[in-house]
Amino acid sequence: MLKKRIIPCLDIKDGRTVKGVNFVGLRDAGDPVELAKVYAEQGADELVFLDITATVEKRKTLVALVDQIAKHINLPFTVGGGISSVEDVRALLAAGADKVTINSAAVRNPDLINQLAYEFGSQCVVVAVDSRFIDGKHVVHVDGGRTPTEKETLSWAKELEERGAGELLLTSMDHDGTKAGFADELNRQLAELLTIPVVASGGAGNQEHFKEVFENTGVDAALAAGIFHFKELSIPELKQYLHDNKIAVRIV
Amino acid sequence: MKVAIIKYNAGNIRSVEYALQRLGVEPIITDDHHIIQSADKVIFPGVGSAGSGMKHIQERQLDQLIPSLIQPVLGVCFGLQLMCTHSEEDDTPCLGIFDLKVKKFKKERKVPHMGWNSISFANEGAYAELSGEDFYFVHSYYAEIHPVFTVGHSEYGEAYSAVLQKDNFTAIQAHPEKSAKVGARFLEIFLQS
Repeated sequence: MLKKRIIPCLDIKDGRTVKGVNFVGLRDAGDPVELAKVYAEQGADELVFLDITATVEKRKTLVALVDQIAKHINLPFTVGGGISSVEDVRALLAAGADKVTINSAAVRNPDLINQLAYEFGSQCVVVAVDSRFIDGKHVVHVDGGRTPTEKETLSWAKELEERGAGELLLTSMDHDGTKAGFADELNRQLAELLTIPVVASGGAGNQEHFKEVFENTGVDAALAAGIFHFKELSIPELKQYLHDNKIAVRIV
Repeated sequence: MKVAIIKYNAGNIRSVEYALQRLGVEPIITDDHHIIQSADKVIFPGVGSAGSGMKHIQERQLDQLIPSLIQPVLGVCFGLQLMCTHSEEDDTPCLGIFDLKVKKFKKERKVPHMGWNSISFANEGAYAELSGEDFYFVHSYYAEIHPVFTVGHSEYGEAYSAVLQKDNFTAIQAHPEKSAKVGARFLEIFLQS
């Protein structure tokens, strides 16, 4: 039986993890490889590395980091942040990334999705969508959530699937950082609408929230950052809880 | 131990190389027939599409070489599909090591089948200790069940071949190189075979 996936997300800046990650016993909590190893050991099913480096020049360090991750981590991982061309993706996949995630570039240039799916296969193309509920509509945002667009979330989701995306990562900006739970209703609608896997992101505050999103919606995976980094919830504890509640997860 | 990874246009070669290095083996990535023939073990990886995969294999005459190998050979993911007789993907004749057809998952399920799924192994055999463990899969096509060659199966709507074995040939539909400790153990068992 296919298991529901639990995915920690690591923000990377200039090759280092950001957001004061609280891990005792790590030689260097700012080292993405060290942190990734801890999550791999704990039973994370996949990892997402999001590069928030501001300058293009410094972003080149990302390829070297991806190579290090691939060398040391025996899990599938996705890399995103500032990707805007087929060549960007080629370099990251060649360095060992399993998937890439694109966001603003996909909205501004939707053909990029088709090009990436054609070149590398849908299985490695994740499209991230940042959505906020405004005036009765789910509105797609770009530029790290700063800029609203004309696009409505559900119709954009259908379009990106038709263009060849292999997975959708939905971040609900209304829920992100609230710790009040995932956007279950929107995730439910998306998972019903699409035939590609949907990953829910934004709002995880406790283990019940993960249970609810898996019970109430058809999402395949749930992603979180702070709740894992600050050790408010450990992955083994979360997975045992989900397992006890009859949700199929991988127990290590 | 000399381990050769067959080089063609397949995508996940580096991940397989790193997984072997983590087990203390330094593989050679090559399409040279002599090096492949003289290796102790051969790994046939793959991420790609059947049509273009077979085209690249034929260009290097690997379609003649691979079925003739006599040392242990492991096909990984797409490598498993290419070791079957025929793939629905691009209507492609494949290597024919396993007398099986490769089909596409039905559209009513989410495709690709992506994530962790368990493999049930036969009670006896080299991989029995891994029965019921979860492996990482990413694929849209699958090989049907064979009464003899299927030694491990998984289910996604229907049962399909997760691990095939025939003489010196083994193949796994999952990605052992991405399947945490369980995957590493699978590769270790293969290397000991």
